[in-house]
Amino acid sequence: MSTLTTSDSFSTLLATAPTSFAPLRQLAKESFLAQGLPSLKAEEYKFTPIAKKLESTLTNFTPAQPFALSAEQVGGAIIEGFEGLLLVFANGYFQPQLSTSLEGISITRLSDQPETQLGSIAKVEKDPFTALNQATFSEGIHLSLSKKTQLDQPILLLQFHQANVGQVISPRIWIEAGDFSSATFIDHSVSLGEQPYFVNKVVEIKGGINTHLTYLRLQHEGNRVIEVSNLETDLQKDGQFTSVNISLSGDLVRNNLTLNLLGSNTVGNMFGVYLLNGKTHVDNHTNVDHTFPHTESHELYKGIVADQSRGVFNGKIFVRQAAQKTNAFQQNNNILLSDDAIVNTKPQLEIWADDVKCSHGCTVGQLDEDALFYLQARGIDKINAKGLLLHAFAGEVLDKIECDSFRNHVVAQIQERLGSKI
Amino acid sequence: MLSIKNLHASIEGTPILRGINLEVNAGEVHAIMGPNGSGKSTLASVLAGKEEYEVTEGEVLFQGKELLSLSPEDRAREGVFLAFQYPIEIPGVSTTNFLRTALNQVREYRGLAPLDAVKFLSLMKEKMALVEIDQKLLSRSLNEGFSGGEKKRNEIFQMAMLEPMLSILDETDSGLDIDALRIVSNGVNKLKSDKTATIVVTHYQRLLDYIVPDFVHVLYNGRIVKSGTKELALELEEKGYDWIKEEVDATATR
Repeated sequence: MSTLTTSDSFSTLLATAPTSFAPLRQLAKESFLAQGLPSLKAEEYKFTPIAKKLESTLTNFTPAQPFALSAEQVGGAIIEGFEGLLLVFANGYFQPQLSTSLEGISITRLSDQPETQLGSIAKVEKDPFTALNQATFSEGIHLSLSKKTQLDQPILLLQFHQANVGQVISPRIWIEAGDFSSATFIDHSVSLGEQPYFVNKVVEIKGGINTHLTYLRLQHEGNRVIEVSNLETDLQKDGQFTSVNISLSGDLVRNNLTLNLLGSNTVGNMFGVYLLNGKTHVDNHTNVDHTFPHTESHELYKGIVADQSRGVFNGKIFVRQAAQKTNAFQQNNNILLSDDAIVNTKPQLEIWADDVKCSHGCTVGQLDEDALFYLQARGIDKINAKGLLLHAFAGEVLDKIECDSFRNHVVAQIQERLGSKI
Repeated sequence: MLSIKNLHASIEGTPILRGINLEVNAGEVHAIMGPNGSGKSTLASVLAGKEEYEVTEGEVLFQGKELLSLSPEDRAREGVFLAFQYPIEIPGVSTTNFLRTALNQVREYRGLAPLDAVKFLSLMKEKMALVEIDQKLLSRSLNEGFSGGEKKRNEIFQMAMLEPMLSILDETDSGLDIDALRIVSNGVNKLKSDKTATIVVTHYQRLLDYIVPDFVHVLYNGRIVKSGTKELALELEEKGYDWIKEEVDATATR
């Protein structure tokens, strides 16, 4: 619950919030102060001591300001082989002069879209960090796909972060997709500094009828960032949504991903890889809510956890009484590479309908020694053999990434980490 | 080529090999037979370098080098090849990719330039014909969902690709039907030369109709208790292993 320290630490941040969306911000602020930072007793944050981490690492939170970016910096950060729409942000502030545009999608600052139903998808009372973001977000971006727009090329949200100790970056993204539209978003953050800072991101995605949306994210910002993100989407009839989340670094990272299947024949996919070392702590909480008949969800998260790092997975599946004929599959597999690495994994299924197919499974194990020996016995050295096996393990998720440039980029990062040449 | 002297090995403190002596020269085929649990597969695994076996005594020289001090990968690069009794299924790694990595690491060790994709593929085509293995199988994940025969054929195919000096076939015949046995044996026979040697570990004589051994050794209780020519295998086929057990046990109690 709320403590004096919490409201004190965040008082500057709350007091300096922009004036746009004033009534919404006021409600969010009240909600945040009422909720406080989650304590260790809070079930949702049981394995992730976020309040302690924030308070011991950072004090007196202030908002991070936008900063100047050069075209070279942007050019150097674009993933290789990327072709598509580029949107550049500096500490969450949109940089139109460095960005491109594309027919069929309107790009505006959130402050220029006061009618936006902000907070109608990611509700402030569900998570204190959503509330904090809504009370204090800087500028935000509003992306709108017009009806029937089928974007063949992906949209790269290139987020540059450069903050001083204690600064908070609060990106806010609102995406709405007209009926029958489709698009792929790549959310890629780049850190320009070494200081510990806090990223508190909220992404709301409003799907239309038969929209096909993919949201790909790479978290690889260096080992001092503390990040909480809330990504929530509403899917309408015949809609599909796919999330792929790759976490490779960070001090403490918490991802809340929520898919609301609000129409029949909707499909939600949640895929993720976390490859952790050092003392990195990554927590993925996912939530899919089946509310209509004939809906489907597929979830696969794979973790490779080394050194003293920790991976947390919590997958909730709700199947409401009306959601007959639901198919929901969930899988979380982990490989521990050291005695000090920790994985906490928890499937959480609540099923009220009686005619459904649901399955879940989680495993925590070690690298298969027999497989390792088999590869070595063919002349492959141990490091490469390990890399090969781990890459194959993660590959089941990586193969699901349809966007070539992003998949190749992620594969290259993972190979570099695993020391494998394949 | 291979000289095993007084080799003792145990697993988790239980002795399995209790003093193996064996000399294998280039151009020879040795069969190692014996009842279940006699230590045949352990010997094969120890030679390939499986870590869970602890060598407690003895030495193994391979082409003059101390084999036991080498890592499993270096043994392979020196030219030792173990065809596994139970080839491991590795999802997500295609045979082609795996073999290209393996072959190029072996070549690097031997001071040879890596094979580019084109040369690798043409080498692969050539060796595939040898064991009548389908390319479709090789683009799939390594051994995943392969039938028993396909797995064994894949072992011999890998052997053909890596061109070892010493091939150790660990129960390669187990679970094979007669056609697969013929194909696998043909592959092995075609790969034999006067510069290479083969150790065939088997429980049954049947395989030795196809891969004809120069010497047959019977392993029992972790020791080679009888050696002979291929006629010994036929005798074992006819009389079973009991007479050898009785002979050895009688000597031991006397």
